[in-house]
Amino acid sequence: MVDTVVVPLLKIAVLLNAVLVAVTFLVLMERKVIAWAQSRLGPMRVGPYGILQALADPIKLILKEDITPVKADKFLFTLAPIMSLVPALVVFSVVPFGPDSLYYISDINVGLLFIISVTSIGVYGIILGGWASNSKYPLLASLRASAQLISYEIAVTMTLVSVILTAGTLSLIGIVEAQQESGLWFGFIQPVAFVLVFIGGMAETNRLPFDMPEAETELTGGFHTEYSGMRFSLFFLAEYANIIVISAVVVIIFFGGWLRPFPNVAALSFLDIIPAWTWFIGKIFFFLYIFIWIRATLPRYRYDQLMALGWKVLIPIAIGNLVLTGVAKVVL
Amino acid sequence: MTTLDAPRASTAQFDTNELVLNMGPQHPSTHGVLRVVLKLDGERVIDADCVIGYIHRGVEKLCENRDWTHIVLLTDRMDYVAAATNNLGYVEAVEKLMQVEVPRRARYIRTILAELQRIASHCLWLGTHAMDIGAMTVLLYAFREREFILDLFEEYCGARLTYNSMRVGGLPLDIPPGWDKKVLSFCDLMEGKLDEYETLLTNNRIWVQRTRNVGVISGEEAIGLGLCGPPLRGSGVSRDLRKDEPNAAYEEFDFNVPLGTQGDTYDRYLIRMDEFRESIRIIRQAVEGLPEGPVMGKVPRLLKPPAGETYHAIESPKGELGYFLVSDGRSTNPYRFRVRPPSFCNLQGLKRLVAGHLVADVVALIGTIDIVLGEVDR
Repeated sequence: MVDTVVVPLLKIAVLLNAVLVAVTFLVLMERKVIAWAQSRLGPMRVGPYGILQALADPIKLILKEDITPVKADKFLFTLAPIMSLVPALVVFSVVPFGPDSLYYISDINVGLLFIISVTSIGVYGIILGGWASNSKYPLLASLRASAQLISYEIAVTMTLVSVILTAGTLSLIGIVEAQQESGLWFGFIQPVAFVLVFIGGMAETNRLPFDMPEAETELTGGFHTEYSGMRFSLFFLAEYANIIVISAVVVIIFFGGWLRPFPNVAALSFLDIIPAWTWFIGKIFFFLYIFIWIRATLPRYRYDQLMALGWKVLIPIAIGNLVLTGVAKVVL
Repeated sequence: MTTLDAPRASTAQFDTNELVLNMGPQHPSTHGVLRVVLKLDGERVIDADCVIGYIHRGVEKLCENRDWTHIVLLTDRMDYVAAATNNLGYVEAVEKLMQVEVPRRARYIRTILAELQRIASHCLWLGTHAMDIGAMTVLLYAFREREFILDLFEEYCGARLTYNSMRVGGLPLDIPPGWDKKVLSFCDLMEGKLDEYETLLTNNRIWVQRTRNVGVISGEEAIGLGLCGPPLRGSGVSRDLRKDEPNAAYEEFDFNVPLGTQGDTYDRYLIRMDEFRESIRIIRQAVEGLPEGPVMGKVPRLLKPPAGETYHAIESPKGELGYFLVSDGRSTNPYRFRVRPPSFCNLQGLKRLVAGHLVADVVALIGTIDIVLGEVDR
């Protein structure tokens, strides 16, 4: 009873809270990093160096009036943000923070497939939100979101198949353990796959340079134009939770999850003093930083250009990579 | 036959009307209160109509009831991001009407002010144009440098946006001591910063993809639409009033007129980046060759130009800024005051430029035209 119900529930509660708190601080981190990139200070007023801004923002969002447009589809309008957030949080149930069973909620043997499927559901939140708003800008945004989904999802999934070939397993823990055995992170064995998955991840989370469904300077906020208050903040939470998910997936698949650098070199064993989950979270932060850095640097793609990129560049490369991996697997 | 016709008939049942989308007057990328009524097929623009007049203040009519001297103040309020250039065009038009000789030092300082203003205006254009396309950092960088220019203007005339910095017959003030050194050091600073902007944009693949072959317009068409300034020169038409009909002290300086070749948004971006550098060149020459002497010519305290009319145009950062003035020779205010604003004329081209492009390109094209609604509506 304790092992099957209480412990998992406790773990879920801790993880959910940790993720939601991490998201609020990620927003602060984004504002700070972008501010530094733009030679500004960023938030400085709330608390020392603006640290409490992470609390002030959610409080503001909760207290704001939650408006439902008169002509909106009330049911879908409420459902959309929930559909957006829930998959982003569900994914964490298979993310291993460390080797011990204490550090993950479940280890299912199709972990990677589970992640691909669940994160794809998230986009329905955007599509439904844009549709249910009964407004023109959100409608255009949801059209863009559906076009975008098809363009990158195939490439990313194809790429992940080549990783599965390399690792020989779909379980996320199995993938990390395979990297320990091979002594080399898959990011170095499959550099092309890493780049493809990272680009696809940016498209999946609607981040610049692929933030077409949001595009505040074109579509005035896109799918969440009509949203305010708590429902808007659910979309907001979902976006940032998704960024953490993508970073976590990239770290697990390509950068050894909780493993320290050079996991098989005995001379570096003093690094084992640092707990495994710290390595994992540290690596995640590195990729979060890259996400923010890219946002501060690049302009936005046009959505037909993203589709061209997806269909004409990413998918052929992904297929080529898959074939090469297969051949290498047979020959070596 | 009926079986073949059947599917065609059923597709006709779908509502395939175009979507009418109001972009503006409250929209982050219409640079003020421009309203563009877009007719869309999916995301493709079939037609676009500009609706203007949301900040029409009747400046032209207002000017007909003001002193010739007071009008300088109102010209500030038209293109408020290039107020000094608007001052310059107006005072020169009155000087032309009155046949007033302006001291050489005043003409030099006017040139410096106008070129500083051009850099400030282009900074604003660069920042907002890049922001519209999604590169948000450039906005902050460009505004950071614009701030230095505003500081220079503040030191010269005390104001940061609406300067009222010129008088008919010369200038109200000589430059403060040490100001010319500060202008020169700003020029050095700005040159480095321009390279910084270009590293973010010029060779950026996404930037090039977003601007190359977007809004292509040929030279003949651009002339036909009455475009002026960078949108005209981007199509390869060499028309720069600083060269063709030199005003202030431009004929004494050596500078090039950058021209585009393909007439697309990327070309217009490139020539504006070159114009930054040409402006810096002009400022350097003007500061180094600044002659001594008075800054105010001999003009009566109460201006009363002789009866007659004149049209005087200068090259503002956005294009040909013309003033048409009629004086009846008896009163102390103009009989007729009319402005040919470059933003207004260039905005005519938007309808032609956006046809067939996507919604995302519309904001890029509004940005590339570089409009200021205060000048469009007046």
